[in-house]
Amino acid sequence: MKKLLTGNEAIARGAWEAGVVVCTAYPGTPSTEITENAAKYDEMYAEWSPNEKVALEVGLGASIAGGRALVSMKHVGVNVAADPLFTLSYTGVNAGLVLVSADDPGMHSSQNEQDNRHFGRAAKIPVLEPADSQEAKDFTKLAFDISEMFDTPVMLRTTTRVAHSQSLVELADREEKETKEYQKNPSKYVMIPANARHRHVVVEDRLIKLKDYAESTDLNRVEWNDTKMGVITSGVTYQYVKEALPEVSILKLGMTFPLPRKMIIDFADKVDQLYIVEELEPFIEEYVTSWGLDVHGKDTFPLIGELLPETIASKMVQTFGDCSPRETTEPNQLQYEVPPRPPVLCPGCPHRGLFYVLNKLKVTVAGDIGCYTLGCLAPLKAIDTTICMGASIGTAIGMEKAKGKDFARNLVAVIGDSTFIHSGITALVDVVYNKATTTTIILDNRITAMTGHQHNPTTGFTVKGEPTKEIDLILLAKAVGVERVQVVDPFELDELEKIVREELAAEEPSVIITQRNCALIDKSRNSPYIVSAAACTGCLRCLKLGCPCIAKEGKKVRINLAQCVGCGLCATVCPSEAIRKEGGAND
Amino acid sequence: MTDITNILIVGVGGQGTILASRVLAGAVQMTGQDVKVSEIHGMAQRGGSVVTQVRYGKEVASPIIPEGEADIILAFEKLEALRWLPYLKKDGSILINDQRIDPMPVVVGTAQYPSDVLDIIKKERKEVFIINGLGKAVEAGNGKAVNVVLLGLLARYLKIDKQTWLDVIRETVPSKLLEVNLKAFEAGWNSFDR
Ligand code: SF4
Ligand code: SF4
Repeated sequence: MKKLLTGNEAIARGAWEAGVVVCTAYPGTPSTEITENAAKYDEMYAEWSPNEKVALEVGLGASIAGGRALVSMKHVGVNVAADPLFTLSYTGVNAGLVLVSADDPGMHSSQNEQDNRHFGRAAKIPVLEPADSQEAKDFTKLAFDISEMFDTPVMLRTTTRVAHSQSLVELADREEKETKEYQKNPSKYVMIPANARHRHVVVEDRLIKLKDYAESTDLNRVEWNDTKMGVITSGVTYQYVKEALPEVSILKLGMTFPLPRKMIIDFADKVDQLYIVEELEPFIEEYVTSWGLDVHGKDTFPLIGELLPETIASKMVQTFGDCSPRETTEPNQLQYEVPPRPPVLCPGCPHRGLFYVLNKLKVTVAGDIGCYTLGCLAPLKAIDTTICMGASIGTAIGMEKAKGKDFARNLVAVIGDSTFIHSGITALVDVVYNKATTTTIILDNRITAMTGHQHNPTTGFTVKGEPTKEIDLILLAKAVGVERVQVVDPFELDELEKIVREELAAEEPSVIITQRNCALIDKSRNSPYIVSAAACTGCLRCLKLGCPCIAKEGKKVRINLAQCVGCGLCATVCPSEAIRKEGGAND
Repeated sequence: MTDITNILIVGVGGQGTILASRVLAGAVQMTGQDVKVSEIHGMAQRGGSVVTQVRYGKEVASPIIPEGEADIILAFEKLEALRWLPYLKKDGSILINDQRIDPMPVVVGTAQYPSDVLDIIKKERKEVFIINGLGKAVEAGNGKAVNVVLLGLLARYLKIDKQTWLDVIRETVPSKLLEVNLKAFEAGWNSFDR
């Protein structure tokens, strides 16, 4: 039976068919749906781990004990997991272990554009790159076999266009596997220097065997066509090449580390002109040029951003002339200004109140990764820095240490509940331990909102929807050693402002927890608010909230009733009492 | 690969473009053709400009549509129709929901919402269909069903039989919303005339 699946759904299915028993992850676009879908299968344990490092550690534990494990994360998540990853390469596995790295060329939803094939090479583990959902499923299964065959973790690298595009997939049954026998083997799994020295030799030896495998596996294949031009490519880019240039010969690499050197040289020999078409880094190209081959790669194609079929065709025509691209229609450029439409905090978003107050108080704000990062945009403009998951608190400490306590009187770190658990907590320990006075604001909207509302240790539910113990952020902050902890509803603007002022003034660490449900999961729908044109003076104070439902109309404002969720925040800030509930008492 | 049909569904994050693309892909699959869908998640869902791409035919390689090669654009909002217009073939068709949603730069006054969006589009392309999707959705019983109204319009335009669509909608939409959505689909289907 064929089913339309996204790459992510296909990977979850592949894991299930491969008899996987443990799936772990921290949510991150474009990898999130792998674990969401894996959690639907009863035969597999699945979890949202607090961060990617823990996810990989849980996965490796399962593998060593004898059960196949799938660990998924977005590209920047591998930075967090890099520590166990590099040593896991040394220990190898018992049952198969596959790490999915979902890269995001074009940065649709990411803070950078790194190419994680480099991680595969640096950690010396094989890297597989599927080109559509069918391959995503097939390669996942094969990756587990390779993992066990060569005693190594395997990286399955996808990109946004593989992860989030749907194509037809042939389904199969699950191969139920006995969990492998666990054997105590300290020389393999206890990486004290004496043991690790031996294991490094094993790793190098394994790489040689993997290189041979790369030459013979049908993960790598040639599609012969006109030999005037040959293209080496991998991942979704293969589909673009096939579409744009139906007449060229293609060497499609399903395995991009280690590379099949003989196969590539052979291919290069048989074509007149060799191109390497790869998104982001010249990963394949650097190897191939180091072997003395003459290629066009990044001299022709961009290093930055996503590649597109039309770019591939036009660049090749420019450098080579005749490569018979498929006929394309010339797009006609618009002659009109179209205003941009950036994402915004949703109507009723709990973070809006906080950023409104922070903007009003003109404090410096060290920010973090999540929906609330949108607080940096006009009109709220309340965030000064955003670096990576968990960076806000550390950044604020550094600012204080560099500029002194007076600067800290006007400085806060903001971080979401899930992000705080991910990797904010360790920096909060640092605040206390190293005597900073940082004010940390935890924006607790009771969910991991950015990635699509996943549970986390503060919500009281697991990925499978089972109730579990809920972490108490107040007790946690206190346990770390913060004595000043206050909880406030971010829509109580006066109270919130008072508390922020108090904690900024306090010359000691403090934590403010702003608590209100994410507007998208808040089920208590209220009737919308309306503006009384007679009472509205056109001061435009409410527009400062950046609520997408309020717009200027003539000299006054209007609320879009279809979108308004009735949170009432605009009524709070209106000085003329012109905004009130539709059908409310004072109507 | 010239037998591929390229459809771009564009709108504002939260309008339900993804559901529409999934129903469309499901209907196409039932006709036995190859189909690929590409969508973007994350930031774009929060009120930003969103686009999903559906391609089908005998064999589809790339999941994304090259600029200038969309056969049809289904636009959930006027300004988005204009933004993505360069993707539409010269002789392509565009189906537009006549609804205006101001982007934040317009709300805060740093940008202008062009007043003559539909006129510009009509000048640029011949086949332009405009419907009041929101009005029809409200009539059907729920303003949130705009996406299914538009899907009904698109369905009528494509050569896939009606029953196939209804079957896919039954499978995709949660049962408590089914009735409203079937009505919404019908409203979209009936508002097509040329
Ligand atoms: S998803 Fe929730 S937290 Fe995120 S912007 Fe919307 S309302 Fe705010
Ligand atoms: S009540 Fe006001 S602030 Fe809240 S969603 Fe409606 S318009 Fe926006």
